[in-house]
Amino acid sequence: MAQTKTITPATKIDADLARRLLSQMLLSRRFEEKAAEMYALGKIGGFLHLYIGQEAVGVGATSVLRADDYAISAYREHGHCLAKGSDPRRVMAELFGRRDGLSKGKGGSMHLFDKSKNFLGGHAIVGAHLPIAAGAAFAIKYQGGDQVVLCYFGDGAVPQGEFHESLNLAALWKLPVIYICENNRYAMGTAIHRALAQTEIWRYAETYGIAGEAVDGMDVLAVREVVARAVERARREQAPSLLEARTYRFRGHSMRDPSAAVYRTKEEVGREKERDPIKLFRERCLKGGVLTEAEIRTLEKEVNDLVDEAVAFADASPEPPLEWLTAEVYKE
Amino acid sequence: MAVMTYREALNLALREEMHRDPRVFLIGEEIGLYDGAYKVTQGLLKEFGERRVVDTPICESGFTGVAVGAAMLGLRPVVEMMTFNFSILALDQIVNSAAKLYYMSGGQYSVPMVIRGPGGPAHQLAAQHSQSMEVYFYHVPGLKVVRPSTPRDAKGLLKSAIRDDNPVIFIEAETLYGIKGEVPDDPEFTIPLGKAEIRREGTDVTVFAYMGMMYRALEVAEELAKEGISCEVVDPRTLRPMDIETMIGSVRKTHRAVVVEAGAGFAGMGSEIAAFVTENAFDDLDAPVERITGANAPMPYAKNLEQAKTPSKEKIIATIRRVCSA
Ligand SMILES: Cc1ncc(C[n+]2csc(CCOP(=O)(O)OP(=O)(O)O)c2C)c(N)n1
Ligand SMILES: [Mg+2]
Repeated sequence: MAQTKTITPATKIDADLARRLLSQMLLSRRFEEKAAEMYALGKIGGFLHLYIGQEAVGVGATSVLRADDYAISAYREHGHCLAKGSDPRRVMAELFGRRDGLSKGKGGSMHLFDKSKNFLGGHAIVGAHLPIAAGAAFAIKYQGGDQVVLCYFGDGAVPQGEFHESLNLAALWKLPVIYICENNRYAMGTAIHRALAQTEIWRYAETYGIAGEAVDGMDVLAVREVVARAVERARREQAPSLLEARTYRFRGHSMRDPSAAVYRTKEEVGREKERDPIKLFRERCLKGGVLTEAEIRTLEKEVNDLVDEAVAFADASPEPPLEWLTAEVYKE
Repeated sequence: MAVMTYREALNLALREEMHRDPRVFLIGEEIGLYDGAYKVTQGLLKEFGERRVVDTPICESGFTGVAVGAAMLGLRPVVEMMTFNFSILALDQIVNSAAKLYYMSGGQYSVPMVIRGPGGPAHQLAAQHSQSMEVYFYHVPGLKVVRPSTPRDAKGLLKSAIRDDNPVIFIEAETLYGIKGEVPDDPEFTIPLGKAEIRREGTDVTVFAYMGMMYRALEVAEELAKEGISCEVVDPRTLRPMDIETMIGSVRKTHRAVVVEAGAGFAGMGSEIAAFVTENAFDDLDAPVERITGANAPMPYAKNLEQAKTPSKEKIIATIRRVCSA
C-alpha cells in the first residue's frame, strides 16, 4: 500500500490541462471568497462551509472522471459541485435561496444537487452519504454500467459506523466506488488525534481488504494520479478504494467559526497557508514554463467575471414562490 | 380469487412485482439463503438469483443507505427489516435521506423504495422486540406509511408501495402472517395508498383500528351488536397519507368515534385521529372522541402483563358503551 505521494513532475505538464486545473481551482476559490462576502452582506444565510485550501482535491479528483461518472459529498461541497461542471450561477442562486438555484432554493449551501451532472448531493449528516455512495455504485453494477462513484467525506466521518459499514459492503460486494477522505485534520474543533485511534486513515483499507493510498492533497497533480489509479480499479475490476488526501482548511469550520483560534494556532494556519494548493500549482506552471504570467492573469480575469456574473444572476433571481413550500414533498 | 395466508400474499406481491419490473430488487438480512426470518421472501432467491435478492450483513443503516443510493439512480429497492424494531438503526437514512432528498434536491432525485417487515406487538418477545414502530415514521413529511391488516390488503398495498415513487414504510405483523383470506389472482390487482376501508358498517359509533386491534374491534362489534349497539369499524390501512375523507364521513354518519391502538397512547395515532375528527366534525359529534391505547410502558415479558399491555376486549367494550350512552 502506497504512502503519501508528492510528485515533482519530470515530464512537462500539458498546457491545456494546466489551464483547466488552475482555472477550476481559481473558480472554486473566487466563488467562495465572493460567497463569504455575500454572507457578510446577509445575502446568504445558515451555515456556509468554505472549501478554501482544499481545492486541489476536488479539482484533481474530478479531472480524471468521465462526465457520466457520479460524485457525492458532504456539506463542504461547493468546490466538488463546481468541479463536476455545475453552472456557477445556479450554485450561487442556491446559496442565495432563490428559485433558479440548483435545488430551487430549497436545499441551500449544504444540499447542492445536479442531476444533469450526476452530482448526487450535498449531505449534511456526517457519514450518511457513504452508504448512499455504495448504493449508487450498486445500481451501476446492477445495470451493467461502467461508471464509477466518487465519494468525498471528511476525517470526521471516519469514526462513524456508516464509514465502516460502507467500506465493508463496498469491499464485500465489489462496488465501483472511490472513497476519498479529505483529511483536513479537524472535525469542527476536534483534531484527528482526539477522534481516531488510528489517524492514518488510508490504513482502514487494509481491514477491509481494499486498496488504500494517501496523497498530498495540496498537490493537484498528485491527487490526479492517485484518483486515476482508483478510478481504473473501480472501472475495470469493480474494486473500491479508500484514499486519504491530506489537506487543510484555511478558514473556520463555517462562517460562524471565523477565527478558529481556540483549537488551532495562528502559526499553524499560517504555516499551512504556505502550501496553498493554488499558489503551489501556479508557481509550478510558471517555473516549468507551462503557463505565462499573462496567461494566468487572463484565467484569473475570466474566473472573476464568471463569479461576478454568478452573483448578479443570483441577486436577480426571484425568491421561490410560496406555493413551493409544500410542493415536491412527494413525487406525484 | 385464491385463499392464502398473509405471508403468502406478501410473497406473491414481491414475486409479481419482480417479474413485472426488472428494477425491483430485494435487500436485507437473511432474506435469501435463509428464506427470510419470517419466510416472507421464501423461494425468491431460487427464482430470481443473487443479483435481485441481496443478503446483507447486519448493518441496517448501511444497507438502507445503499437502497437510497440505488433508488436515486433509478432502481426500486424493497428493503426488509428483519423486524421493525431494528429500523431505528436506519432512522437517519429513512428520515434524513430517503424522506428529504426529493424535496431538498428541488425535485431532481426521487427515492422510490419500500421498507417492509413485521412490527407491532408480538408474543412474549419483551420490550425490544415487541412494539408499535409506526409512530417514528408517520410524523415525517416525505414518507408514506402503510399498515395492512388482511392478506388481500397485504398484496394490494405492497404492490402499490413498490410502484410508488416515494419511500414507503410498510409495517406488517408477526401475529398476522398466518391468517388466511381471499386474495385476487390478477397480477394487476392493487389497492391505492391512502384509502381507508370500512370493515363493518354500523350506525352508532365509528371504531378506528388497524392490524391486531382491527380484529379485536370486529369481535367487539359482534358482541355489542347483541346489546343493540351498532359499531362501524374503519381501518385506515395507510396512516400517511390518511384517508381523512372516508374517516370523517363515517363519523358524520355515526356521530361518535373511538380509536383503538396497540401502541402507547401519548402522541400516538389516536391523538392524531381525535384531533382531526374534532377539527373537522366537531358539530357532528354527540360525545367526545375517546382513545383506547396500550399502556404507557415498554412491553413486558410475563404473559399476564403482556396481555394487560394492549387494549383488552373488555376495556374496548366498556369504553364504547360509555361513549354510546352519552
Ligand atoms: C451525524 C452528525 N453529527 C454531528 C454533526 C455536526 N457537524 C457538522 S460538521 C461536523 C464536523 C465534521 O468534520 P469533517 O467530517 O472532518 O469535515 P470537515 O468539516 O472538516 O470538512 C460536525 C460534528 C453532523 N452534521 N452530523
Ligand atoms: Mg475535517
